[in-house]
Amino acid sequence: MTGHPFTLCGTALVATATGALWIAATRTLCVSDLHLGKSDRIARRSGMMLPPYETDDTLTRLGHDIAHHAPQTVVCLGDSFDDMTAAQNIAPDAAQKITALQGQCDWIWIEGNHDPSPANIAGHHSGGIVIAGLDFRHIATGLRGQVSGHYHPKHAIKGAGPARACFLYDDTHLVLPAYGTYTGGLAAQSPALSRLFPKGAIAVLTGKTAIPVPVTP
Amino acid sequence: MNALPPSLVCWFTKRGWSLHPHQLDMLERAQAPAVLLIAPTGGGKTLAGFLPTLADLSDGTHQGLHTLYVSPLKALAADIKRNLRKPVEEAGLPIRIEDRTGDTSYTQKRKQRVDPPHILLTTPESLALLISYEDAPRMFKGLQRVVVDEIHALADSKRGDQLMLALSRLQTIAPDMRRVGLSATVDDPQAIATFLARHPDPCPILHADPGPDPDISMLVTDTPPPWAGGGAKYSIPAVLEKVKHHKTTLIFQNTRAQAEIFFHNLWLANSENLPIAIHHGSLDRAQRDRVESAMVQGALRAIVCTGTLDLGIDWGDVDLVIQIGAPKNIKRLVQRIGRANHRYNAPSKALLVPANRFEVIECVAALEAALAHDLDGDPRGAGPRDVLCQHILIRACAGPFDENQLFAEIKTTGAFAALSRAAFDDCLDFCATGGYALRAYDQWKRLQKRPDGQWQLRDPRASKRIRMNIGTIQDTNTLKVRLKRGFKPLGEIEEAFAATLTVGDTFLIGGKVVRYEGLRDLTVEVSNRATKNPKIATFAGTRFATSTQLSARILALFAQPDWPQLPAHTADWLHLQRKVSQLPRAGRILVESFPHDDKAYTCFYGFAGRNAQQTLGLLLTQRMEEQGLHPLGFVATDYATLIWGLDDVVDPAALMDPANLRSGFETWLAGNAVMKRTFRASATIAGLIERNLPQARKSGRQATFSSDILYDTLTKYDPDHLMLQITREEAMRGLVDFERIEDMLTRTKGTVDHVVLDRISPLAAPMVLELGRVPIAGDGREKLLQDTAAALMAKVGLPT
Repeated sequence: MTGHPFTLCGTALVATATGALWIAATRTLCVSDLHLGKSDRIARRSGMMLPPYETDDTLTRLGHDIAHHAPQTVVCLGDSFDDMTAAQNIAPDAAQKITALQGQCDWIWIEGNHDPSPANIAGHHSGGIVIAGLDFRHIATGLRGQVSGHYHPKHAIKGAGPARACFLYDDTHLVLPAYGTYTGGLAAQSPALSRLFPKGAIAVLTGKTAIPVPVTP
Repeated sequence: MNALPPSLVCWFTKRGWSLHPHQLDMLERAQAPAVLLIAPTGGGKTLAGFLPTLADLSDGTHQGLHTLYVSPLKALAADIKRNLRKPVEEAGLPIRIEDRTGDTSYTQKRKQRVDPPHILLTTPESLALLISYEDAPRMFKGLQRVVVDEIHALADSKRGDQLMLALSRLQTIAPDMRRVGLSATVDDPQAIATFLARHPDPCPILHADPGPDPDISMLVTDTPPPWAGGGAKYSIPAVLEKVKHHKTTLIFQNTRAQAEIFFHNLWLANSENLPIAIHHGSLDRAQRDRVESAMVQGALRAIVCTGTLDLGIDWGDVDLVIQIGAPKNIKRLVQRIGRANHRYNAPSKALLVPANRFEVIECVAALEAALAHDLDGDPRGAGPRDVLCQHILIRACAGPFDENQLFAEIKTTGAFAALSRAAFDDCLDFCATGGYALRAYDQWKRLQKRPDGQWQLRDPRASKRIRMNIGTIQDTNTLKVRLKRGFKPLGEIEEAFAATLTVGDTFLIGGKVVRYEGLRDLTVEVSNRATKNPKIATFAGTRFATSTQLSARILALFAQPDWPQLPAHTADWLHLQRKVSQLPRAGRILVESFPHDDKAYTCFYGFAGRNAQQTLGLLLTQRMEEQGLHPLGFVATDYATLIWGLDDVVDPAALMDPANLRSGFETWLAGNAVMKRTFRASATIAGLIERNLPQARKSGRQATFSSDILYDTLTKYDPDHLMLQITREEAMRGLVDFERIEDMLTRTKGTVDHVVLDRISPLAAPMVLELGRVPIAGDGREKLLQDTAAALMAKVGLPT
């Protein structure tokens, strides 16, 4: 498993190839936008029945990351469930899987726009939390020291293949890629993300390896 | 025999027209449950199809819809409306004729459902939409006849399968419905008859007099064609000269991009300002309409066009057809040539223009085939199940249904006559529950069974979404192009192409060079301030693979001791190849290895068509990677695959070993980009995913995700799922075309002739210039990505 080590506001971080953020100092593993139960929500709302395996796949990958890092704390940075009903209707085996993962560490659910109020799942629920001097929240406001998700950034290097989900950071703040299996991406150079990084950013592409590359606004 | 109304007979007589024997035949067989008429273009085929209808309707007693006419093109429906209304109105017949296509207004469409005309002219997609409404039984109740025009074009595609399923439904609603198919000359009329008729009804086939042989030849120019490329720019002066000497010339190109480039160059050379226009599917409809009406008025001397003009629209007085680029397929060539000289019984005049040196050979082979009436065609397999899934959903939109009745109905469709109950049940289960091994969606099924055993939509509102996704044509995502501060749309370009544009870039559209100014509300804004050479619009027009029959003819031509029928430049080239290496032979596979550009090149002449040669390239490079030969990339054409790498290929026979190829294929297939593209197409048709509609794309882009993710997830968790079975089936005969690799292996029994050369061979040389090189994916690509990123980081002074 490869990672890109960097420092944000004095805290050493590793952007890993899987899309999880690792903070060695506090042994914290942070993932964002799991969107668990997405296929269920789509079926409920549109009648389209996508392969119902994404929740299992997302949790399996998260399980691998937890086994690899053995974190003390896991932070899910919001939009962990695709909506409140998806959280309530979570399949028993998926719920069991989450419980098993939670047995190994402290678990913090940050609220997101898709899952605004604390759900029926164990773990601490919070609107935001400060760890290692950084402000963990779902949506960035652009202030110094923020670590957030929400935008699902992705980036492609021209002439070197399709876009990949990516971390985006500059001197002051960091946006995480979406970790969920059924998640799309917003181009790093789109207006919404350019506003957050007016002077440009470093994108860390995820996938087989973590690949840092500069992004001009 | 039904009698024609006297006023119509009088109208014919006044014009000095008399009916052709096949037209009278059709009138005589008006009561047959199904008839197929094969007639060349200009043979009055459409009128033949309508004569029994006109006879029936002339007394004005029939209420409601009598005849449904279905054509593959909207333009054709509009054209027939014009041509049919004229005699009907002038003969004073009490017959109402209307068309209904994607272009028909909403109010008009509503009116037609309440009060249908006697004759409705439509397309397969519009018909599928019509049968999805709950009031379909009322609208089609009295239907007597259905006329399927240009059925040969539909029989080759999923659009045709969808149409025939719709007809099976109509047959239940209107048991008296009789079917008429109108076809151009084809290789296997019986296959089309089976496709058309209600199974197992008989379907007699009527042949019109095919008329005299066409006058086709190859355009010989002073400058020989270039070694590679597809634009045929070299031929412009000669083509222009031909245009000058004819009344109206149709210039066919194989792709839209090539049509744009050719048109642009034609105008640069058009010093006499001859009226020449362009027509293809990416142009705005208003613009196409203008070209079409100018054409009908005879105001144009030439039109550069693509397949959109392939079918039998009446374009007035075309006296020459020019085909640019090798026709790839003999049948299509013959049908295109039929467009020239609409006067029945006068030979059509056509010219082939090879775009490069190899195409000289292809053109000569195609000419010989056309004169020998040796048409090509591949038998189609069983009806595709993705289309069946869509049909089940369409049926559900129209109201509750009984599964046994629906199954019986579907079995009356020729292509689905052999459908097993188990296969049908799988499709029904897929539509109802998603058909997953993991039984999810208990609560949110799409279809549910009522207590009385009938199936219905769980949520009736879902019908709206299903209707929006009706159709089997895969449109790539396109963006409208418009002049900045203007209202007039110019046409459409692919989203992927638009994404590569930066402000100031120029490209060709509608024969005009425009400058990219920006993107606004999903519309590409351009200006006329273009000075630079154009970047070319890359429309992903289908590139057809050379047919098996044509490939066989080329191999036979290679076996000749000399080539008097080829121009000297091309014959000399083949002689040189024979001298320094050898020419490919039908019963063996020629493999050449040579150093070039500091790399080891190997060329495999399989003559299996572009798609299969591409698949072969992927399979061979994968094996070479395993053997540590470090392949770097390959390029495939219709006749060969050229691979380059760091190490010499010593034993190509082992690489081509059939058992190895087949087992490599099995593992390779799963993770392949072609499979993902095929999956996306089939999943959209089957209703697993929705078409990327503009309104959906506009909102929240991060909410949508690529269908590749669905493909990967299914492959990982549910490898036997129906959608993956369909994808595999489709890819085998479509883009992957493994069938033709199998054909090649059967033909050659895997016998390989390996020729090692110290330099590039004459036959392989043009391949080095071919576009469409495929880099080898895998660890190599990750390395490339890392290196590029590192270079960019270093450029801005950052460590990695």
